[in-house]
Amino acid sequence: MAAGQAGRQRFVMGGAPFSGRPAAYGRDMRDPSRLPTSPGFWRSPLRGTWFTSVLGLVLLVGITVLFVTGLVSYAAYNPDLSPVNDMTPDKGVLGFYLFAWPSGPVWLYRFTQGLHVTLGVTLVPVLLAKLWSVVPKLFTLPPARSVTHALERISLLLLVGGGLFEFTTGVLNVQLDYVFPGSFYPLHFYGAWVFFAAFLAHAALKTPTALRAVRHRVRDESELAAPCPDAPTVSRRGALGLVGGGSLLLFLTTVGQSLGGPFRRTALLAPHGTADPGGGPNGFQINKTAAYAGVTAADTHEDNWRLVVTGRTGTVRLSRARLLQLPLHSASLPIACVEGWSTADQWWHGVRLRDLAALVGYDGDPPDVLVESLQSHGAFRRAALRANQVADGRSLLALYVNGEELSPDHGHPARIIVPAAPGVLNTKWVARLTFGDL
Amino acid sequence: MPRLPLPRTVLPRRLPLGSPFPLLLLACSFALAAYAGVRLFADDWFGVALWIVGSALLHDLVLVPLYGLADRVVVRGLGAAGQRGRTPYVRVPAALSLLLLLVWFPLISGMTAQRYQLATGLSPDGFLTRWLLITAALFGGSALLLAFRVRRAAKQRPPASH
Repeated sequence: MAAGQAGRQRFVMGGAPFSGRPAAYGRDMRDPSRLPTSPGFWRSPLRGTWFTSVLGLVLLVGITVLFVTGLVSYAAYNPDLSPVNDMTPDKGVLGFYLFAWPSGPVWLYRFTQGLHVTLGVTLVPVLLAKLWSVVPKLFTLPPARSVTHALERISLLLLVGGGLFEFTTGVLNVQLDYVFPGSFYPLHFYGAWVFFAAFLAHAALKTPTALRAVRHRVRDESELAAPCPDAPTVSRRGALGLVGGGSLLLFLTTVGQSLGGPFRRTALLAPHGTADPGGGPNGFQINKTAAYAGVTAADTHEDNWRLVVTGRTGTVRLSRARLLQLPLHSASLPIACVEGWSTADQWWHGVRLRDLAALVGYDGDPPDVLVESLQSHGAFRRAALRANQVADGRSLLALYVNGEELSPDHGHPARIIVPAAPGVLNTKWVARLTFGDL
Repeated sequence: MPRLPLPRTVLPRRLPLGSPFPLLLLACSFALAAYAGVRLFADDWFGVALWIVGSALLHDLVLVPLYGLADRVVVRGLGAAGQRGRTPYVRVPAALSLLLLLVWFPLISGMTAQRYQLATGLSPDGFLTRWLLITAALFGGSALLLAFRVRRAAKQRPPASH
């Protein structure tokens, strides 16, 4: 009922006799309102403090969550454990908060990173609408009323440029479109700090105004509102509804890739939506196939492949047959990628990492481990796991998944699976394990 | 040497400092941004600067005028046909469809199809089809809603007004 009435109201409002005032045609070419630096140039009746404030407050909460979950994801890689995990060795004090990433609850990284990516995608229309609502301020004259004002405008360039940079690199990276100038990890991480520095200042300066505007429903009396607006075709609430609808549409067509199971079918446009590769026990999402990683059948053949385990008491070389004679254990764990997609829990079966540590002299006191893959390229073909991850009884060198041997694309003959760790630390096609303090 | 008195309007007025709290806050913000920025620009400073400044300029000077213009064309076009009030029935599905295209452009356009297929083992072919189907559903739904409302408005009109 309410929707119908609102719709009719809009219909009547928009259908009111068009004023017929030939706004643009009648004006002289020298009319200053033809220039974007003139307030009169901007005609949309939607712009105003209230509209911008609502969007700004949504972004205040949303971007804070994005920043925190981003920092959490950075910590999840354990970059301070070993240089092989650290894509940003020059981080300095920006890694001040790092901590040993826990090995539970098993869905931890699945949740934080699914939230980071899904929320980021969902906020795109809010960001665009917010930027649209303040675009006249870009052209305001004079360029600076005071030193503070000048600095604030420079800071806005970092805010807008940095924000667009973060959203763009994130959205491109999850689609494997690596066109940005450098490696994703340092760009997105340092870019986030540049952006967040400007974001903090902007939030501190503007939040009081925004809260006041929303609380007291301030409408038009602002520099954001057009002085001589066109007749509206939609109300401000209606416009917010469109922004919210855009967010909802993006959310509904994306979130399924992080929920997995039957929901994956609903993620119509997300990179890991709609379908699983192949069928059967190995038919779940793949980050990088064997072909992509440059791993051949000859590399992993029973006759050629040996697992080399090194530790306090020396080195042992184990064939797959020998591994199968060790005590085998099971764990139900998901794969959760930095790109935001994840799988439901898969049933893994293999040798506990702490049992392998015991084989080389660490009985009861498992240390860190450096894992090396057969893959010829890829940033994480070598990865380090911390002692608490090795000690967890659910951390396996998996040989089977869902009751079947691992497929080549899931890391045959053996792969790491660790609870709550980012997917890329679950090294596939494992060739060497080096236990010891890193 | 006697100095010629210049009219006051020609003299460059000294820029006032402004309030101290925002000044201090911005100084802190710039310090943090510079600390991270040095690291951000370490590898390919030109490329990164191009992306940051370029994205702001591209957005503000190309994207915003472009969709503002498109919207104005729709409003004017419908207005000329005496249907200005029906703008939302075109604007909403078009905006939602273009939003999906903007966010998922690499997948929908197929520009990363080869890498996508090789890396994930998934088919890269469905994205364009699904986007077109969603677009069709959005415009179809909008048309149905309009038809429904026009019909209801006609029914509610008292017979005397015919």
